[in-house]
Amino acid sequence: MLETRGLSKDFRGFRAVDDVDLTVERGTIHALVGPNGAGKTTLFNLLTGFIKPSAGQILMDGKEVTGLRPEQIARQGVARSFQITSLFEHLSLLEHVELALQGRTGQGYHFWRSDKTLRRFRAEADHLLEQVGLAGYADVPAGSLAYGRKRALELALALALKPTLLLLDEPTAGMSVEDIARTVDLVQQVREDRTVVLVEHNMKVVGDLTDRVTVLQFGQILAEGPYEQVRNDPRVITAYLGESVA
Amino acid sequence: MITAKLLGARGEMSVVLRIALLVVGVLLALGLPWYIYPPVAMDIAAWALFAVALDLLLGYTGLLSFGHAAFWGSSAYATGIIAIETGLPFYVAVLGGSLVAALLALPIALLSVRRTGIYFAMVTLAFAQLIFFIANQWRDVTGGENGLQGIPRNLFGLDLSDSFYFYYAALPLILLGLFVAWRVVRSPFGRVLVAIRENPARARALGYPVDRYKVQVFVISAFLAGVAGGVYAVGHGFASLQEVYWTTSGKVVVMNILGGMGTLWGPLLGAGIIVLLEDYLATAGIDAIGIVTGSIFVLTVLLFRRGIWGSVAYLVNSRRAGPVPVTPAETKPRSQPTERV
Repeated sequence: MLETRGLSKDFRGFRAVDDVDLTVERGTIHALVGPNGAGKTTLFNLLTGFIKPSAGQILMDGKEVTGLRPEQIARQGVARSFQITSLFEHLSLLEHVELALQGRTGQGYHFWRSDKTLRRFRAEADHLLEQVGLAGYADVPAGSLAYGRKRALELALALALKPTLLLLDEPTAGMSVEDIARTVDLVQQVREDRTVVLVEHNMKVVGDLTDRVTVLQFGQILAEGPYEQVRNDPRVITAYLGESVA
Repeated sequence: MITAKLLGARGEMSVVLRIALLVVGVLLALGLPWYIYPPVAMDIAAWALFAVALDLLLGYTGLLSFGHAAFWGSSAYATGIIAIETGLPFYVAVLGGSLVAALLALPIALLSVRRTGIYFAMVTLAFAQLIFFIANQWRDVTGGENGLQGIPRNLFGLDLSDSFYFYYAALPLILLGLFVAWRVVRSPFGRVLVAIRENPARARALGYPVDRYKVQVFVISAFLAGVAGGVYAVGHGFASLQEVYWTTSGKVVVMNILGGMGTLWGPLLGAGIIVLLEDYLATAGIDAIGIVTGSIFVLTVLLFRRGIWGSVAYLVNSRRAGPVPVTPAETKPRSQPTERV
C-alpha cells in the first residue's frame, strides 16, 4: 500500500528523517512510535507532501508520489489529521465537514452559485459528526471547542475525505479516557477497506489497535514488528527509558 | 431582546436584519445625489465598489494586495480609450476596461500568490509600480502626465452631461458589481476562501489547491476593481496617473480597514467616509488630507481593529454572549510552519 525507499529529510544540516525504508501493508493499522524528536511528524509531512524529501522515494500502490503537492496527495485518497489541531477557527463544525466533503468535487470553484448548494452534503456531514460524538455541536464555531472535541473533529475531517490511506497524528492526545475509548472504537470501525497509519504515544492505544509497530529514533527505524515483540525489544526499552543501571 | 431577534442562532444576522440593511443600502444609493454633490456621490459609488473588490482578497482570503491601483487604473485608461476611439455606450467601454484589468491580473496573480503576508503585499506593490511606470512612459496612449482627456459619456444618445443623471446611468453597473461580490462571498467558492484565510495548510489537506483559488479570486477582484475604475474615469471624463499611483492602492486599503474588512458593508462605509472627508477638507481649503486620513487609519488600527462595521457587529453580538463574529484581523498573521513563505 505505502512504501518509502531511502527517505531522508535534512533541515539545515540536521537530519530529521534518515534513510527510512518503511512498508505499510494494505488493510493494516500501523503505528509509528518513538521518543519526541524522533522524526514521526516529519515523516508524516513527507508522506502527505507538506515538505519535500531531500532524498528517497514514496510509493503508493507501487506508484511514485514523491514531490506531489498536498492537495494532489489528498486527492489520491490519503487523508491526514494534524498533531497540532489545525482547524478553521470561525467556521462551524458543520461547515468544516461540508468543506471536507466538497473537497472531492469540483464545486469549490463555483463562485456564481449560492452557498446553499453545500446543503447537499449536510446529511452525510451530520452522520460523520455523530460518528465522532459531536452531534450536538454542528453549529458551534470550531474555535470555541474544548481540546478533545477538536481532536474528534480532526478525525471527522479525515474520514470525510473517504481515504484509502488514513494518517492520524496523535489522534488521542489530550483526550479524556472516555474519548480515547470512543476514538479507538471508531478507528476499529473505519479500518475496514482502508489502511491506517498513526503516530501515538499512548501505548495502550497502540497495543489495542495496531497490527504492526515501527519504532523511530533519531530519524531512523530502530525496530519493527508486532506490538508484543517490539515492546520487549531491549533496544526499544533503552530508547525510551535510557540505559539500564543494573 | 430586540438584538436577539435580529440575530440568528449562530450570531449571524437574521434574514430580517439582512433584508432591512439591504433596503436601507439601496435607498441610500438611490438618494445619494439628492443630498450630496452628484460628482462626489459618483466618487463614493465607484470607490465603494473598488473597496468591496479589495475586500474579497483582504477580508475573505486574507491576502493584502497593495497594488490594486494597477487594476482600477488600467481599466480607467482602457475604458477611456475604448470610449474615445469607438464611441460605444460607456457600459461596453467599462466592460472592456474591466476585462483588460482582469487579463492584466492573471499573470500578476500567478506570480504573486506564491508568496503570503507582507511578501505578497510587496510583490503586488512592485507590479503596480511597473504599471505606473508604463502609464507614465507610454504617452501616445495614456497622455503621460497630462492624462487621458475627453472621455465621453455615451449611452444610447442620452444627455448625461449633468452628473446628476450620469450617476443614475452608472449606478446599475456599480450595484451589479456589488451583487457579484456578494455572490462570490456567499458561494461554495467563498466558503473555500474563508477556509484558506483561516488555515491554508488545512485547506490543502482537504484537497483544495490553495494557489489556484487565490488566482481565481484575485482575477475576480481585479475585474470588479476594473468596473469601479472604468466608471470613475467616465464620470470624471479623464484618466490620470493618479489612478495607477500607489496612494490609490493605499487609500482603498484604508477604506477597508476603517470600515471593517471581511464584512462587505464595512468597506462601503469606509469608502463613503473617506471620500466625504476628503471632499470636506478640500472644500474647506485644508491641505493636510493625508495627515487626517493617516491619523484616522492609525487610530483605527490601534483602537478598533475590526473597523467600524466589525466593531458594531461585535458589540451587538457580545451583548448576547453568543459566538464571536468573524474577525480577520485576529486570525490572519498566524505562523503557518507548513506553508511556503
